[in-house]
Parts: sequence; structure tokens; C-alpha cells
Amino acid sequence: MDLFPLWNSLRISFVASVITFFLGILIANYVAKLPGFLKGVLDAVLTIPMVLPPTVVGFLILKMISPKSSLGMLVKQYFDATLTMKWQAAIIAVVVVTFPLMYRTARSSFEAFDKNIIAAGKTLCLSDVYIFWRVLLPNCKEGIIAGVVLAFARGLGEYGATSMVAGYIANRTATISTTVAYFWQTNQDEKAMRWVMINLAISFTVMLCVNIFEKRISFGKGK
Amino acid sequence: MSIYCKIKKKVGKFNLNIDFQAENETVALMGASGCGKSMTLRCIAGIEKPDSGRIIINGQTVYDSEKGINLAPQKRRAGYLFQDFALIPNMTVKKNILVVMPKEKRGSIESVMERFHLTGLENHYPAQLSGGQKQRCAIARIIVSAPWIIMLDEPFSALDSYLKWQLEREIMSVINEFGKTVLFVSHDRDEVYRISDKVVVIENGRNEPICTKQVLYQHPQTYADALLTGCKNIFPVLYEELTIRVPDLALKLESPKEYEDVCFLGIRAKQILPEFMVEDKNSAVFVSYTVEQVTEAVFSMILMVRPENGHGLVRWEMPKEVYHKLSLYPPVLAIPKKEILYLKADRNIFPCG
Repeated sequence: MDLFPLWNSLRISFVASVITFFLGILIANYVAKLPGFLKGVLDAVLTIPMVLPPTVVGFLILKMISPKSSLGMLVKQYFDATLTMKWQAAIIAVVVVTFPLMYRTARSSFEAFDKNIIAAGKTLCLSDVYIFWRVLLPNCKEGIIAGVVLAFARGLGEYGATSMVAGYIANRTATISTTVAYFWQTNQDEKAMRWVMINLAISFTVMLCVNIFEKRISFGKGK
Repeated sequence: MSIYCKIKKKVGKFNLNIDFQAENETVALMGASGCGKSMTLRCIAGIEKPDSGRIIINGQTVYDSEKGINLAPQKRRAGYLFQDFALIPNMTVKKNILVVMPKEKRGSIESVMERFHLTGLENHYPAQLSGGQKQRCAIARIIVSAPWIIMLDEPFSALDSYLKWQLEREIMSVINEFGKTVLFVSHDRDEVYRISDKVVVIENGRNEPICTKQVLYQHPQTYADALLTGCKNIFPVLYEELTIRVPDLALKLESPKEYEDVCFLGIRAKQILPEFMVEDKNSAVFVSYTVEQVTEAVFSMILMVRPENGHGLVRWEMPKEVYHKLSLYPPVLAIPKKEILYLKADRNIFPCG
């Protein structure tokens, strides 16, 4: 059995999760500090991908990076390459689709954190960067990890946008979800079922890990 | 001076308008909850930004709306003890103190732990500490960060009453050793009197001029002063040519010349005497009364009495042995003239009619 779709799905989702993690926490930290109105507007914009159909996201990404777009033409002209129909293109799709999950969980845990602790750190001359990485993040671990895992799991299962920007090319862009779709469409139900089972097993393991990990973080609270 | 603070800030419908300065001394900002005490401290620390004004700490302008100066909290060197101590939850006691120490001084961590009675708690997380231990850790953090000014935000409100006294002593010794300006926010009049040198009374976002605690407690000037320093009987007064009338007590008094804008009259519950204990009858005013309620306290009796023809109630506190003699004499109480407090209204809440 060719395991390329598994490996491809994992690397796309992994790279995308790393990008989503940094984008998510940095933007969440920025938005959480904004005043009311601006925050509401930005929040809506940043969360939209969560409620859009993935095909709409895929369509918009294609408009930006397809060979017919200005960016696509530039790349074609200078590097003689295309951005779409590559496994890397799927990373962009997965980042856009999973970003709101990371952003929202991070923002709500940042907002729930005691502001006085941050203020105290500042009056004690701790730098804003130190406070963000060493005080805010560790104390929001649970929310952040939940966000990363959700983003990773969602990324593994991304189908709509991925199939539009990366398509299904066996051994090149095939992911678990596009492989299931391909086998089903070509009446190879048995092979499709195998990938369905693999997907179920991965998702179950991921959720189990979340539960186990959540109980470990406590910093001396109720042991 | 070592702190100068003249700021304005609007928060919703609330207007903060604070103006005071102080030397190297302990100054209490006293007022009811929600009057803007903590907001003032937050503005000085740089956690909140005033709308306008100027703040100078130890000669350095940290905020000036006209010159566009607004230093980050990190550059103000204003130590702030939060009500809930705000220790960093994911760091141990030792780490909480170490992170704010300059690198070259970290060798002295053991002596710091010892000085603040934290030895043995090095590896505890804040969630495992008692209120008193948290406070010591928070104060240690502030002291090692070498601030120019220390601000204490209701430092004892989160503690059990039996711990308060001990921690108050500890804070006092830290304050004395610190020797610079300490701003101290509280609504507890006894605490304020014990800890501070001077007092700034804040009422509804505005402050009265800074004064020494002795002056404030013995000669309160306004309604808010009297109330905050524990005066239980405050009655409105009406002017009638050369006299002032107190309808609540059915009493007429000569109008004291130097108190032209007096709006209230205050009488401390413990200063009232029964008539038979006053020898010089010219030194007091007398009011007949009927007793409405008697409450026994630990060392005294508290009476609520209604003056004859008056519509107010007077709270009167006396030693128990005096109370037992009351029934032998006619029910007349005496208010010594020198104990009467002539109070101005607070400009912003009770405009004088």
C-alpha cells in the first residue's frame, strides 16, 4: 500500500500548524489589546474563514496565486514555476482554514488571563516580549495547545480548499482526504475505506492526547 | 518633591480629576470604593493613560500630555503592590523574585528570601502560598526591583483579620527602610492613621488638598473628611441671619464667623456627654432626648437617641459605667462646643444651596 497520502497530509498539516500557531498567537495578542469597536471589526474579518465554505476560500486563494493572477504571472516570469497544484499550495489553504481556530482559542485564553499579572510584570521592568513568551503564553498553555491541536486535526482533514489549489495528483499532491474522494469516485471503496480507517485512528489519537495533556498542566494547583 | 500628579481622565461617566504632590513620606489616598483611588495609582504606574495632565516621579517626567511624554511602565520605576498580589503563577517563589533582579545581583537571592521570611518556600508556586506569604513574595519582588516610589493598593483587604496586624507591622518596617515616597490606598480610617503621615481624601474622582493625618482626623473640613474619619453624626444646617439652625437636632447655634460656607455640622459619637458630667454649662449645648435603641458593644454602649422636636437620630457611644448612671438623671445630652465640627460641603456632590 502506498503511504504517500499519509506522509503528505502530515507534512502539510504540520507545517501549516506551525505557521498558524505563530500567526494565531501574535495576532490574537494584538487584537486582545485593541479598544472595543476596532476589535469587533478585526475579529469578524479574522474569523470569517471559519464559516466560509472551503471552496470559497480555495477560490479566493486561486484568485491570488493562480498562474493567471498577477502574483502567479510574476513567479512564472522570474522563476518559470507555478504556485498551484503543488503540495506547498495546500499549506496556504490549510493555514487560512485553520487560522480562526487557533486565533479564537488563543484570544479567549489571553483575555481570560489576569491583566494585573501582566501590569505587575511591566511595573517590575519585565519587557513586553518577556511577558508575552514567559508569562502570558505558559499560563494560557491549555488554550494554546487546544488551539494548535484543533488546527492540526482540522488541517489533516481539510478537503475543499486543498483540492482546489493542489488538486489530486498521486504521489505529488494526494492527501488522505483527497485520496478518499478519489478512490470513492473511481469505485474503489475498499481502498477508500482503508484511508477512512487511518484517518479515524489519527483523529482519535490526537483527541486522546489533548485530554491526557490537559490534566498535566497545573503549576501547583490542586494536586 | 518626589511625586507630582495632576491628571484628568474620563472613564464612562466617571471623571477623575486628581492633583497632589508629596515628598519622601507615606501618603494615604483615602476614599470610598469606586472613588478613583486605584485608578490614580494605575495612572502613576503607567498601566492606565490619563486624558491630560502631568506626572513627575522623583524629578523625572513620566507623563506630560502637553509635551507628548508617556513613558512605559518599565521606565517609571514605580513599584505597585496589587490587591491580589499578581504573582506570576507559572513561576516558583524564587523565580518570581529572580526574574526582576538585575543579573549581577542574583547572587544575593538567599538573603532576600531570608529577609522576607520566605526561606523554605523557594520551590512553591504562588497557588500553594497563604495570603501572607504571597504578600511577602510580592513585596520582595518590588524591593529588589529598586523602585523610586512604592504604591500599595488596599494591601490588607485580601487577608484574614488576625494576619493583618502582623503584616501591617512587616509593611511598616519595609516602608521605613525604603525611606522614599509610599502611596497607600485604603478606605479603612484606622489603617490610614496608623500607617500614613499625610492623607489625600478622594471623593467621586476629585481630591481635597493633602494634609497631615492629625489635622484631618482632628479638624475635618468637609462632609467627606468627617465621614471617612469615622464621624457618625452629620446633620445639614440652615442659616438664619446670625444663627445657624440644625433641624435634625432642633438646635440653634451662633454662626461662627470663620466658617461662612458651613453646610453640615458633625458630632463624633464618643464626644457626646450626659448633662450631669458637664461642669461648665457655657462650654456645651444641651438637647433633651428620648432613647430609640440601645446596642451593647464589647467595651461600650451605643445609643440611638431622638432629640426632642428634632427629626434626626443621634448616635451616642459611652462607657458602660456611664450608661448605668443615665437613668438617675433627666434625659439631656451635652455636646461640648469645642467638639462641634463645622463642615463644608464637597464642591462636587453637595453644592451648598
